[in-house]
Amino acid sequence: MLPGIVRSSSRHLPCRRSLTKWMSVRNLAAASGDQMTVRDALNSAIDEEMAADPKVFVMGEEVGEYQGAYKVTKGLLQKYGPDRVLDTPITEAGFTGIGVGAAFQGLKPIVEFMTFNFAMQAIDHIINSAAKTYYMSGGQISVPIVFRGPNGAAAGVGAQHSQCFAAWYGSCPGLKVVTPYSAEDARGLLKAAIRDPDPVVFLENELLYGENFPVSSQVRDPNFTLPIGKAKVEREGTDVTITAFSKMVGFALKAADELAKDGIKAEVINLRSIRPLDRETINASVRKTYRLVAVEEGWPQHGVCAEVCASVQEESFDYLDAPIERISGADIPMPYAANLERLALPQIEDIVRAAKRACYRSK
Amino acid sequence: MTRSTVGSLARRLFASQPRQAAAAQAPDAINVEIPVPFQLHLLQEGPARESVTSREELVKMYRDMFRIRRMEITADKLFKSQLVRGFCHLYDGQEAVTIGMEAALTYEDTVITAYRDHATFLGRGGTVHECFAELMGRSTGCARGKGGSMHLYKPSNNFYGGWGIVGTTGPLGAGLAFANKYEKKNNVAMAIYGDGAGNQGQLFEAKNMAGLWDLPLIFLVENNHYGMGTAEWRASKKTTFYDRVSYIPGIKVDGMDAFAVKEATRFAKEHCLSGKGPIVLEADTYRYHGHSMSDPGSTYRTRNEIQGVRQERDPIERIKKLMIKENVMREEEFKAVDKEIKQEVDDAAAKAKDDPNPGEEELFMNIYKNDSGLKTYGCDRNMVRVQLP
Repeated sequence: MLPGIVRSSSRHLPCRRSLTKWMSVRNLAAASGDQMTVRDALNSAIDEEMAADPKVFVMGEEVGEYQGAYKVTKGLLQKYGPDRVLDTPITEAGFTGIGVGAAFQGLKPIVEFMTFNFAMQAIDHIINSAAKTYYMSGGQISVPIVFRGPNGAAAGVGAQHSQCFAAWYGSCPGLKVVTPYSAEDARGLLKAAIRDPDPVVFLENELLYGENFPVSSQVRDPNFTLPIGKAKVEREGTDVTITAFSKMVGFALKAADELAKDGIKAEVINLRSIRPLDRETINASVRKTYRLVAVEEGWPQHGVCAEVCASVQEESFDYLDAPIERISGADIPMPYAANLERLALPQIEDIVRAAKRACYRSK
Repeated sequence: MTRSTVGSLARRLFASQPRQAAAAQAPDAINVEIPVPFQLHLLQEGPARESVTSREELVKMYRDMFRIRRMEITADKLFKSQLVRGFCHLYDGQEAVTIGMEAALTYEDTVITAYRDHATFLGRGGTVHECFAELMGRSTGCARGKGGSMHLYKPSNNFYGGWGIVGTTGPLGAGLAFANKYEKKNNVAMAIYGDGAGNQGQLFEAKNMAGLWDLPLIFLVENNHYGMGTAEWRASKKTTFYDRVSYIPGIKVDGMDAFAVKEATRFAKEHCLSGKGPIVLEADTYRYHGHSMSDPGSTYRTRNEIQGVRQERDPIERIKKLMIKENVMREEEFKAVDKEIKQEVDDAAAKAKDDPNPGEEELFMNIYKNDSGLKTYGCDRNMVRVQLP
């Protein structure tokens, strides 16, 4: 329950000050033209953390000699050697278990899954061996491990390679689950994840790897981290709140541009963190706009948006002026054909339509 | 009699004959020597070092292998023109494995493979058009455009796909064999996987149960020596796969020699169906392309190596030389056949290009076999609500 459900609009919302600070930093970065791809953000984060802490090591398929299936670990083998950058056989259950065992003894593995679809072979170790251990051992054994890799749909990779696992991992106590969107998110959250003493599931997106984002000198600092569990208001607004994570943040921002043409000012929240979920930021936003569209790429039933909806109706029911809208992936296995895949994944027009409905601008 | 019935007659005659009956040959029989010895694990005797074939079978095998080669080269072009999306794993170089094995199997036997499945699909009686249409996501594809390159199926010919997750074909194949045994069918199942999959725990679990329950199962390892970008010696403590378990016999065979694969498969099938339980075949083969179309294939292997295999061990060149030596076909006839098959493949691609995309109603079809009354949703759950038929 949020402290004191007060309707007074003069109530100070703690997040607002830091909001303004972020907005100006971003504008500064954009003005200076300093950009970074998500791939480089991830690569530099791993590189810096490995340089700073000899206990950090990387393992996964093709991370070393191949330079990474998606080139995220490019150059690391050359820099840190085969003792700290390990090419594994195609045996996820085995190498994940090895990573977790190493973490029990205080090492800090970064386990890469070529995609999180393959992590299903290892999910027993992620949940039963990593997530639950600190609790089961009464606080004696912690698991400072990061599981990272691409999550969700790519382009035309079919049913077995397109699943979004945010909801599954997000439901598990003992895990932290983060979903970066921008290069700044990628750097700050990955560094935080590597430094975090708990197991972190770090869900990237293949289609974002090559995207450029503005970064400030602050973001480039080797000690730059972002707090796990805090969402970011990417765009301020007054009429409707749109929550999203990962690739959908970009779609939500474009939807906000579309809505602005019709005079609807949407506030876009980049969740950044699925577990812990930043219920405070989400609710504070809905208490300002009174309307919510929750967006995710994964399946709707028991999805991340379902939890967002539950949180808002529990904590801000009296503020809602319209039913909460959910835009998610279609409730089907991912089809391969391009025209069907497009219908299976949320598009910008879906978000726009839902926002207008929430604003009673359309049926 | 059409060529196909002659071919299938020849296959039934020769496939079911025990090794010793090789002496009682049809008058037009051609004997093919298998030069590379079979390496055996837990076996006193191995497959025959001589394969008995016929003109018809040789011509069919050449045509089938050349068709696969042309199909894969064309698939490469289609991918580069962005008509094929996502992943595309090509089989060129490995043709002798699928064609050799099919020469010893029937469509009553079951086959399951991983994602490098275009050729296996053809070997199981799939057409080039169905394959291309599936790769391009058209409704005429063998999975109605909903599966894609890694998910080709033809259960009517007992081909169970087409799987994207490494290692799963072991247990799944054991399940197919289990069903055959349960229903008392006199057929084998063939579970195909690669060297990259060879260390997967689930394979050992499948082997244990297949051994325990005497399942009529052939584990076929298509060892092309590279699991994506990782050479077998960098992924495996032990770089052979036919002798991985101490309780299942195995045979290592030259996978670039279609007749070696045929004889090994025939031996393996006999072994399984005589109640001796499962067996492992390891085919030493090679893929010319990289792991997939996103992999150039030359960062972890030298161009000299790829060229060397192409020059010295190409399976199609090999069978061609044999056929010329045995006066089955002359060089000009090969040119004519090549031209005909190239045209066939090009026509299939052109036809598939013009085929329609799947209709939007396909989005919600085939989620369940029995789905009456279930509600499902599109991306905008307030707009697209579907009651499944």
